[in-house]
Amino acid sequence: MIEFRMPSLGADMEDGTLTAWRVNVGDFVKSGDIIAEIDTQKGLIEIEFFEEGIVDQLLLKVGEKVKVGTAIATFKNESTLEKSVKKAEPTRSEITKASEENPIQEKKDARIRISPLAKIIAHENKINLEEIKGTGEGGIITKEDVEKLIKTGDTEKESVKKASTESIRMAVAAAMSKSNREIPQYYLTTTIDMDKAIHWLSETNAKRAIQDRILTVVLFIKAVALALKKVPELNAIWENGLILKNEIHIGFVVSLRSGGLMIPAVHDADKKNLSEIMSSLNDLIERARMHKLKSSELTDSTISITAIGDGGAEQVFGIIYPPQVAIIGFGSITEKPFAENGMLDVRSTVNVTLTGDHRATDGHTGSRFLNELKNLLQKPENL
Amino acid sequence: MNREEIRVVILALLKSIAPETSPQNLKPHASIRKTLDIDSFDFLQFIIALDKNFGIQTPEADYDQLQDMEGVLTYIERSLIGKHT
Repeated sequence: MIEFRMPSLGADMEDGTLTAWRVNVGDFVKSGDIIAEIDTQKGLIEIEFFEEGIVDQLLLKVGEKVKVGTAIATFKNESTLEKSVKKAEPTRSEITKASEENPIQEKKDARIRISPLAKIIAHENKINLEEIKGTGEGGIITKEDVEKLIKTGDTEKESVKKASTESIRMAVAAAMSKSNREIPQYYLTTTIDMDKAIHWLSETNAKRAIQDRILTVVLFIKAVALALKKVPELNAIWENGLILKNEIHIGFVVSLRSGGLMIPAVHDADKKNLSEIMSSLNDLIERARMHKLKSSELTDSTISITAIGDGGAEQVFGIIYPPQVAIIGFGSITEKPFAENGMLDVRSTVNVTLTGDHRATDGHTGSRFLNELKNLLQKPENL
Repeated sequence: MNREEIRVVILALLKSIAPETSPQNLKPHASIRKTLDIDSFDFLQFIIALDKNFGIQTPEADYDQLQDMEGVLTYIERSLIGKHT
């Protein structure tokens, strides 16, 4: 039996309110499936399940608010199922009988009296037939019953408002206060010549249709991911000690127009090519601004990047998002006098900062990382 | 499509990207990005929308011409003329 608890979607989250179950009792759920929508300070988040099993009980009702860590559902996992099958070595007819009794939603639906049209509408709208009270002859569910529920459901959904600017501000405040209170942070900075990277990007983008063009920040994300492979100590979290992570999931700070920010993860950034990272960003930025992110995207970043963008400040010193141990800040790209090999030139440059958790690493490690990053950005064609 | 009609479409596109702003108050030579606080991601979305709405193709090398309202209007007008000749 697997007990699924209200997940923590960040250092700042204390509780969550269930706004919808996306599964029914009896459904088979595989790793990565979305099982629920939870209303948090950061808006509605889709909650993923990372094991396999059959939904046994849904312990929380829509609208209920519980603390992080409270059990909200139980699942029968494979080992439980195997045990129950092996126990009595059942005959084929018993297996058939057992499978007939298995509380799979489809079987349940079959016992519910519903008009064919109502069934199609309910199926298209992913409505649990058990939730509908039939008002037709003999209690049969009619098209009108389903439509009435959809209408009510929509009204409820509308009333679940987007996370307010104030609640997002409070979430950012809580996470940043925790960071400053608990993490001894050190800061390093360096200036990187971006001439080659920008030139290469212009040439690449000239060959691409507009919707396939790549932004400079994509080069930053990929270069950080590859530099982390050389300096893995920064790709980690601190939870009663340093825990290095194999996967490189880069949290990208997205500013919300209404104020506040979200840090969704670009998963496996080291394995993605530049086009794939750009697609991920397009998707994540859009969903972050609509407050429609998945739980894993908000919780499993192994490092964060903040980029100021064109025309903004030249330098940004980020604050680490716990439990991560580093954040990389990219200032705006600006033309600067640049000396190299005894010659002075004007180059496009970017100022990069690293904020590191001094419990986890030392400045020497951080400095190695920035040097790797600098070298990688001089060979953009290899990114 | 005359200049005023083009302007109406541009204002609608900017409003959809930066809903809390008032693009109609943009001065002809004021920086669109700075005035409406549009980042590089949203600016790319704006240009994609321009291309789609006006049926043009804007190369990256021309982005510099799209920094203020006057520039965008002139650029779209020219592109539309180029398209029909």
